[in-house]
Formats: sequence, C-alpha cells, structure tokens
Amino acid sequence: MATTTQAPPRVLRRPVEAPSGLWSWLTTVDHKRIGVLYGVSSFLFFLAGGIDALLIRLQLGKPMNELFSPDHYNGFVTMHATTMIFMALMPMSVAFFNYIVPLQIGARDVAFPRLNAFSFWVFLLGGLIMSSSYLVDAIPNQGWYGYAPLTIREYSPGLNVDFWIVGLQILGVATIAGAINFFVTIINMRAPGMSLMRMPLFCWMTLITTVLILLAFPVFTIALTELLFDRHFGTTFFDSTRGADPLLWQHLFWIFGHPEVYILIMPAFGIISEIIPVFSRKPLFGYAAMVLASMAIAFLGFGVWAHHMFTTGAGPVAYTFFALSTMLIAVPTGVKIFNWLGTLYGGSINLRPPMLFAVGFIGTFVIGGLSGVMHGTVPVDWQQSDSYWIVAHIHYVLFGGTMFALFAGIHYWWPKFTGTMLNDKLGQATFWTMLVAFHVTFFPMHFLGTAGMPRRMSIYPTGTGWDFWNLVATVGAFALAASVWLFVMNAFISLRRGEPAGNDPWDGATLEWAIASPPPVYNFARIPTVSSRDPLWVEKRSEETAVELGFAPRRAVAVVADPVEARVHMPNPSFWPLVAAVGLSMIFAGFLMPWYLGAFPLITLLGIPVLMVGITSWSFEPAG
Amino acid sequence: MARAIAHDEQGRLLPQAGHGDSDIHDHGHDDHGGEHPTSTGLNNVKVLMWTFIASECLLFGSLISTYLAVEGRTIPNTPGPELFDIPYTSVSAFVLLFSSLSMVLALAGLQAGDQRQLRIWLFVTAALGLVFLGGQYYEFSTFYFEEFWLDKNFLGSSFFLLTGFHGAHVTVGVIWLLALWLYSLRYGIAPEKSLLVEISGLYWHFVDVVWIVIFAVVYLIPYSRIEGGGH
Repeated sequence: MATTTQAPPRVLRRPVEAPSGLWSWLTTVDHKRIGVLYGVSSFLFFLAGGIDALLIRLQLGKPMNELFSPDHYNGFVTMHATTMIFMALMPMSVAFFNYIVPLQIGARDVAFPRLNAFSFWVFLLGGLIMSSSYLVDAIPNQGWYGYAPLTIREYSPGLNVDFWIVGLQILGVATIAGAINFFVTIINMRAPGMSLMRMPLFCWMTLITTVLILLAFPVFTIALTELLFDRHFGTTFFDSTRGADPLLWQHLFWIFGHPEVYILIMPAFGIISEIIPVFSRKPLFGYAAMVLASMAIAFLGFGVWAHHMFTTGAGPVAYTFFALSTMLIAVPTGVKIFNWLGTLYGGSINLRPPMLFAVGFIGTFVIGGLSGVMHGTVPVDWQQSDSYWIVAHIHYVLFGGTMFALFAGIHYWWPKFTGTMLNDKLGQATFWTMLVAFHVTFFPMHFLGTAGMPRRMSIYPTGTGWDFWNLVATVGAFALAASVWLFVMNAFISLRRGEPAGNDPWDGATLEWAIASPPPVYNFARIPTVSSRDPLWVEKRSEETAVELGFAPRRAVAVVADPVEARVHMPNPSFWPLVAAVGLSMIFAGFLMPWYLGAFPLITLLGIPVLMVGITSWSFEPAG
Repeated sequence: MARAIAHDEQGRLLPQAGHGDSDIHDHGHDDHGGEHPTSTGLNNVKVLMWTFIASECLLFGSLISTYLAVEGRTIPNTPGPELFDIPYTSVSAFVLLFSSLSMVLALAGLQAGDQRQLRIWLFVTAALGLVFLGGQYYEFSTFYFEEFWLDKNFLGSSFFLLTGFHGAHVTVGVIWLLALWLYSLRYGIAPEKSLLVEISGLYWHFVDVVWIVIFAVVYLIPYSRIEGGGH
C-alpha cells in the first residue's frame, strides 16, 4: 500500500557505543538500566521511610513525650507505612524483576521495553508527588489503610488525604503496567528449552506476584477512585450519614490489602529459593512442591481478607470461614519452609553474606508467620487487634521477611549488577548488626501488645509499665539504622575499589552467571538453549567431566560472540514513555492544585493531551 | 545490519503492534522479519491484551460489586431504578452488540485482503460506538433533570461511576477505531498486520461484553423489583 508516502518517523538515534549521561538514562529502555533506576530510587525511598520510623521511635522513646504534635506523628506513621510498602519494598522487588528475570529466562529484554520505562517513570513521579506532601506540610495522616468514612472530605478536609489518593493512584498504574509486562515476558520470552517447570524459582515467584498484582490492584484502584469522587465530585460511596455502608471501604481495601501482603513476600520467597541452593551446593529440594505451594498461598490469599475485620461484628459464619482459611495458609507456607530446610540438610553450606541473610530470613519469618496464625484465631485477635502485637507481627514478616530477603538479594546479585564484590567482613557485620537490632526493636513489641499498648498512639502516660520496652525498641531502631549505614558504606567502597567479581563468583546455577558482570546491553550474544533446571551447573559439571575424559568442552551459553556478527537487534531508546508518564501524573496531580475549569481540575485537563501525544508518538515510532 | 533496515521498512506500519516492542531476538536463521517465535507461540501484544482484559475484569467487577452492595437499599423519596427506560436502553445495548459484528467483519475484510471492506466496517463500528455514546449522553441528561445524579444518593453514585467508567472505555475504543480507520484510509493496513485490528477488536468485544453484564445487573434486576414495571 501507500507505505512510501509516510512522513519520516521521529525517533532518537540508536546509540552506537555504551551510552552514558543523563539523557541516556532518561530515554533508556534497557531492562538492566531500568532495574538500576528502580533499585536506587526505591532504596532512597527506603531511607526516607526509615527516617519516618526513627522519628516515630524518638517520639515513643519515653512517656508523655511532646517532641512531635499528634498530627505530625500520625503523618509519620502513615508515610512510614505507605513509603515502605508502595515506594520501597514493592519497587525494590520490581528492581530485581527487571534486572534478573530476563537474564534468568535467557531473554535480551522484557516483552515491552518502552512500557517498562513508562512503568518506572510513573512510579518515580508518583513517589515524588506523594513525598512532596512534606514540602507543603500536608502529610497524609489518616493511616496507610485510609479507612473511609474517616477519609471523606467532611472529616479530613485538608490536602493530606488527597496526596495519599493521588500518589497511590499513580503508583498503582505503574504497578499494574509493570505486572502485565513481566507476565507477558515470563510467559512468552523464555529461551528455547526453558519450560515453565524448568524456570528458576525467582521467575516463578515473579510470575505469581504479577498475577496477584493484576487481580488485587484494580480493586484498590476502584476504591481510591470512589474515595476521590466522594472528595471532589460529591458522590456518597462512603458517607454513612447519607446511607452508605461504613464497611464498604474496609472490604474493598482488604480484598486488595491481603493479597498485597503476598505481593510483598512472594519475591522474597523467590530470592531465598535462589540463594539457599547455591550456598548449600545442592539443587532446590522439592521444586514442584515449592511452585504448587506458592500457587496455593496466592490462591488462598484472596479468601482471607476479612481476618483484618474480625472486630467489625461480621458474625460467627464469617469469622469461622476466614479464621479457617487464614490458618490454612500456614500449610503451604510450612511446605516452603521445610523445603528450604530440606535443601540446607546435608548441603555443604557456605555462610557468605547472602546466605546469612537467607538463613536469617527463615528464622525471623517463621516467628512472624507463627504470630500471624495466632491472631488468625478470632478470640485471640480480639485481644491483639490494634495493639503493638500487630506492629510486631507486620515487621517480622515485612522487615524480618521481605527486607532480609531483599538484602540477601542485593548481596547475592551485587557482583552481577556492578562487576565488583561487596566486602565480606562488612557484609557479615551488616547482617549481625541487623539481625540483633531487628529483634531488639521488634520483639519487645510483642510484650507491649500483650501489656495493652495500642498502636498508632502518639503519647502514652507514665505508670503504664510500657516505658522500658519502648526505650529498648527505640535503641534497637537506631541500631537498625546503623546496620543499614554499614551496607551503604559497603556499597560505596565496592563501587570505588571493590574486587572484580568475574562472571560467576558464587558458582551459580542460573543463566545470569554465564554472562559478563555487568552484562552487555544485549545480555546473550546467542540465546542459550536450556535442558535442565540448573542449566549452568549442569553445563559446568559436564564441562569438567569432558575435560577429565579428554573431550573438547563445548559451552551452550556463548558469551564471546560478536553481537554484530550474531545480528543482535536491540530496541531504540525513547523519551515518549517519560512524556506519557508526565501526562498521566498530571491527570491525577490536578486534584492537588487549586486551579479549576468548571468542575474539573485544570492540570488534569492539560494532562490528557500530554498523555495522548506521548502514547501516539510512542505507537508510531519504530520500536526496533 | 541489513535486517535492522528491513525492519524499519516493515516497521512503518505501527511497528509496536506488529511484532511487539519485543523485536530483539536474533534466532539466527529467522530472516523474514515478521513474527518472532515466542515461548507459547502467541504474539506478545495479544497476550498483553488478554492480561490487560483480565485486570479490567477486576476493575469492572469492583464497580459492579459496589453497586450490588448498595442496590436494594434505596432511600425513600429519592430517585432510582424507576427512572430506567428499559426499551430505550435495550436499543442502545443492541447497537453496541451489533458493533461487535461489524468489528468482526472489519477484521475478516482485512484478512481477506479487502481494504474497502476493512474501511467500511471500521467506520461502521466506530459510528455505532458513537451512537451508543450519544444515547448514554441523552440518558444521563434525562436522569440529571429528574434529580437522579451522582451526588444525589449512593445508588446514583455507583450507577454513574460504573456506567460512566464504561462510557469512558467506549470513548477510548471509538478514538482507537477512528485512528485505525484514518490510518487505513491514508496508508492502508497490510493483511499480515491484521493483529493491529485484532487487538483493538479484542478490546472492543470486551467492552461490549461488559455492557451485557451491566445491562443485566444494573438495569434489569432492579427494574424487575419495581412493582408494575415502572413507566
């Protein structure tokens, strides 16, 4: 047809050399660079959320403390949780998805590199918009669960809740777009021979996480949209004075909120399942059981939401159902724990820092899991609900669980990311400081909870008997900060003068260790063919055998071939994802601005054409 | 590098949907520059669309659940389902359903290499979508003048957010179809690029199917409860 008459496409030139400079980062579509962007920004948000935590502990360090006003304290509590969950832990997992998944499945990039860049920019803008609430002193202060009707305009008149809604809507778009991308990548981009049941466990956990995100986040998006409409367009979804059901928000929120917990922990399970076999020098015990147990956890995770609502008077039938389904989840979780123990059993265990964090994860996570089963029991929950017991539990599973696993992953894959090793001694010091400080901080919260201390309380009176353990927890929190500081120092030292890592410092089993550290832009000069679950181990061992028997070794994962010779064809950089991300963020951020055109926020209306220009230009530029 | 150039030429016809963003495998012998093999054999963009639709189901599902949670709890003396004009909405539902047929005919035309059939049916599909939207506009304004609106009561809130959200989806679909129609008028769409039309069709059929659910749940069920059938 008339293809020849088309105007020349607008496109940035494809970089010839390894690109550098700010512009190359703004336009990158390389999954590894996007992974680094995700990793660095989520770590900065992790530090910000950590500062919130320290402020909370400062306030609670002694009774009758008037360091911060209750309003600001509420802000720190809300932003600590919101930052850690949506801007630190989830995106840090996504950083690993980005960097590691394509390498492990033997792909050159994700299925949609520009959509990937779009996800990152949307995430970053959402996080920055949420954090900018500090600048205008309108920190969200209603709690990370945002319970309506408390959050409707009548009871929360300020911009605080609007910042929370707008920030989370933008972050939600990034999360859903990323989940779709990784789902398609894992389903469709695996190297020849890598059947689903040969995938590394980390890729399996990523796949299950994306499914959880795809099914849970839309519910939250709708809940937030309804709240936004209540606050800006006069709807009455949550206004119980006008007949609305005051529990509607709680149902919608927790139908999202409980799967969200598994969205946070599944990637951690994946990281641990990669590290334990390598540092035990044994294949993972019970691979198929691990996969099925994870699916069971994900499936059951959608049927337990009302255990967050045991004090709402739902009645014995609902209580029984949700208590049983909650306890049922302990079964597949136990299967996973025993499979890790089975892998460790009889292995030749190598206690390098990644392994230390992995083993530490198992211990602390089991404690958190057990306290979880305890308040899955309805009468026990009535005692523990809204007490510091819950705070202890959530930190045992999210810090002792997810964060330990993420630190394990950072120490494990750092040589692959940077090409240099982290210092082993400093890594050990980081782990032991963190482990001890973690338990000093959070174990006393069990005592505080059973002694009746409510959560989210900014000032407590003297004579309650809570003083000592609160002081201990505060000291522990600062020791935790010190352990994070040790890691940061280690990272900087490694970047400046770390030992070169080589391709495969840990004798890894998966494909990412077959290629250079850091990997070349195209990852694999020749796409590898996979014939087993631990492809690199099989290859290395058969190579050794071949040498012993006097045959010429033959590697399937070639890394030396000239990429031009192999006709590797990489996608062009593009700035349209960034433009589209700005447009999308404007659409939501308009609700924070004072300028209106009739009933509609002006910036929102301006954002629509920006988004459309971004998407249209994105569609018409050549991808390859 | 010869292959990269060949790609640019073929890529001129909406490359992102042709072989996805994912045109980065070499697979050595694969020189025709068309579809690249994927693990499942399904095109990436098609899997993306199905995944997106799965997620959309939960978006609509949450809105419908919200509606069902409040439906039947109408406050006395406030307007509600008795305003629904079932024959009128049935006609517009039929219009939307018929547009799914025309969408299929457009794709069939393209796959048979008949550009004229493609253009006609693309335009008909978009036009039927516009008729539906016009009908929804008229319906909304009628309700508005009869004091049924999103800030009147929670039934109104959930009704207008749900149907409005669906209307926004139809609007996006109409813009998409019109863009394809203009593109096919200007440049034509090669039969091997039929995926472009197929993807928009998937979206369009989904939006139609959702309307069947909305029509049954939101219009027919509450209406059936009203004694004497309303008007």
